[in-house]
Amino acid sequence: MDFRLTKEQLLVRKMVREFAENEVKPIASEIDEEERFPAETVEKMAKLGMMGIYFPKQYGGAGGDVLSYAITVEELAKVCGTTAVIVSAHTSLCCAPIFENGTEEQKMKYLPDLLSGRKLGAFGLTEPNAGTDASGQQTTAVLDGDHYVLNGSKCFITNGSVADVFVVFAMTDPKMGNRGISAFIVEKGFPGFSQGKHEKKMGIRGSSTCDLIFEDCIVPKENLLGKEGAGFKIAMATLDGGRIGIAAQALGIGEGAIDEAIKYTKERVQFKKRISSFQNTQFQLADMHTRMQAAQFLVYNAAMKKQAHERCSMEAAMAKLFAAEAASDVTRRAVQLFGGYGYTREYPVERMMRDAKITEIYEGTSEVQRMVIAANLGVK
Amino acid sequence: MKIFVTVKQVPDTSGTVAVNPDGTLDRASMQTIINPDDMNAVEAALTLKDELGCKVVAFTMGPPPAEGMLRELMAMGVDEGVLITAREFGGSDTYATSQIIAAAIDTYGVEPEDIILAGRQAIDGDTAQVGPQIAEKLHLPQVTYAGEIRKDGDVLTVKRILEDGYMTVKVHTPCMITCIKELNKPRYMNIGGIFECYEKQVVTMTYDTLKDHPLIDKSTIGLLGSPTNILTSFTPPQKGAGMMLPGDGKETTDKLAGILAAKHII
Repeated sequence: MDFRLTKEQLLVRKMVREFAENEVKPIASEIDEEERFPAETVEKMAKLGMMGIYFPKQYGGAGGDVLSYAITVEELAKVCGTTAVIVSAHTSLCCAPIFENGTEEQKMKYLPDLLSGRKLGAFGLTEPNAGTDASGQQTTAVLDGDHYVLNGSKCFITNGSVADVFVVFAMTDPKMGNRGISAFIVEKGFPGFSQGKHEKKMGIRGSSTCDLIFEDCIVPKENLLGKEGAGFKIAMATLDGGRIGIAAQALGIGEGAIDEAIKYTKERVQFKKRISSFQNTQFQLADMHTRMQAAQFLVYNAAMKKQAHERCSMEAAMAKLFAAEAASDVTRRAVQLFGGYGYTREYPVERMMRDAKITEIYEGTSEVQRMVIAANLGVK
Repeated sequence: MKIFVTVKQVPDTSGTVAVNPDGTLDRASMQTIINPDDMNAVEAALTLKDELGCKVVAFTMGPPPAEGMLRELMAMGVDEGVLITAREFGGSDTYATSQIIAAAIDTYGVEPEDIILAGRQAIDGDTAQVGPQIAEKLHLPQVTYAGEIRKDGDVLTVKRILEDGYMTVKVHTPCMITCIKELNKPRYMNIGGIFECYEKQVVTMTYDTLKDHPLIDKSTIGLLGSPTNILTSFTPPQKGAGMMLPGDGKETTDKLAGILAAKHII
């Protein structure tokens, strides 16, 4: 494995780091406090090509690569977990499945607006009774002439209330189980589609999370994504890519907490010494950095495999599992190093600790990642 | 129509400054940034490009790694870079530097509608001399301290921001304008631009490229051709953190007097 970044990837890191410091960090605390979706940041990111990084220019993408996308999410997450997941969910969960499974007509219709950031994307798989067990889809799609009629609901949908285009999964043939699930491209304005209640969350509070409701929702037949019955396969492949984005988000959150902890411990004086001079502080930070460095290797490896069109289910699962658990551990330790100040909203580490937790849950819990890894090892 | 922008890599003042034995800065070994005022000049050029669709060419003189800076500018939207690099050019002061850059711009070719933009001054030397000297050597009109630039045909209307007021000047192209930070907010690199910037052209101009130009003579370039010489360069010693004495009463002033007396200042 060669993790030497290309000149372009180094420039992406530099550019996103500057953008994150100047445009994202100053409002990170505010959007968390106010539970406000940062539409102004999304508009800025769109102009800079950050909403379609690894897609070809012919569809409006930036012509970059998957590792550059992971680096972008990582750098954003260092200062704001919310902003990072907006990019990740849009890119991995909506743009990617349309690019990878769509017909040329579907790609030309949807990708230019999505990849340029003029429109925002989301992904509707999770249901109240189909979370970790995604095969238990209760939303149905019935073909009626030239359109499908969808009925049911989705929950915990990232970007849900602000997205324009959704990749949605529904059962077209309940008798077939997993092979009876199909994927659809649904637009916000389709008849019978509505966005439901906004979830109040522990972390990533600036991101929009809500229900999607389908009441005799009319979806044109040509908006079937992939073949009928291929939905489960599309969902799982999409989540493989999505997990790289979330792993990069977790990686960035952990690294951001370390940056803050190093800065703080060099300034804070107790017992007439900077607390960075205490061996406990040094050992804590050494362990924290080592964990996040290991996470970075796993994340970058998964991103490079995806870029090379190699199978990356296990690598993405390992990256997400390790990075998410490392981020939760590292942010918790960062709060401890800050002491009482770390528990207040005066400093960002408590927000980072809250933001880190979700990375162990969404786009497959850590338990699901272990199931994926074990299955790939042939352990039954 | 073309817009030339002159840019300079300068030491990142947050890092350590390294000095050569001859007293000049060891630029190759230092962390560098693009001179902030030059970024305003680049942004002004790109804004005009967005409006008028012209070509923007960035010129820099420096060691070969300065090409990296030109690539970053291309990722922002600059079309072409010119790297002026040669041992013979090393150690140049503002006079010699402007001789060389003027020769390079002249060699590239200045046409009637062209504009040359420069940052007001670099944060390493703080002279604000190179832009105006380039204009003099190319016999072009110059407007310094531009805080606003509008173009109408071959006439530019430039609002100068001076210490004690504003001055609005009209100038015909071709001309030189030096830019200040109040002019604009420089844009970021664009992700799509980053993946295109290594496909764009960087022209390298060496001593051999420029040696026949009338401005280039061994006695007017490099360390030997520089009328000013640096006697010494050093990093100033870091000042310790100041002490804050809170309060506005007699108790505080007595404490201050006590501290000053203990240090034998009063």
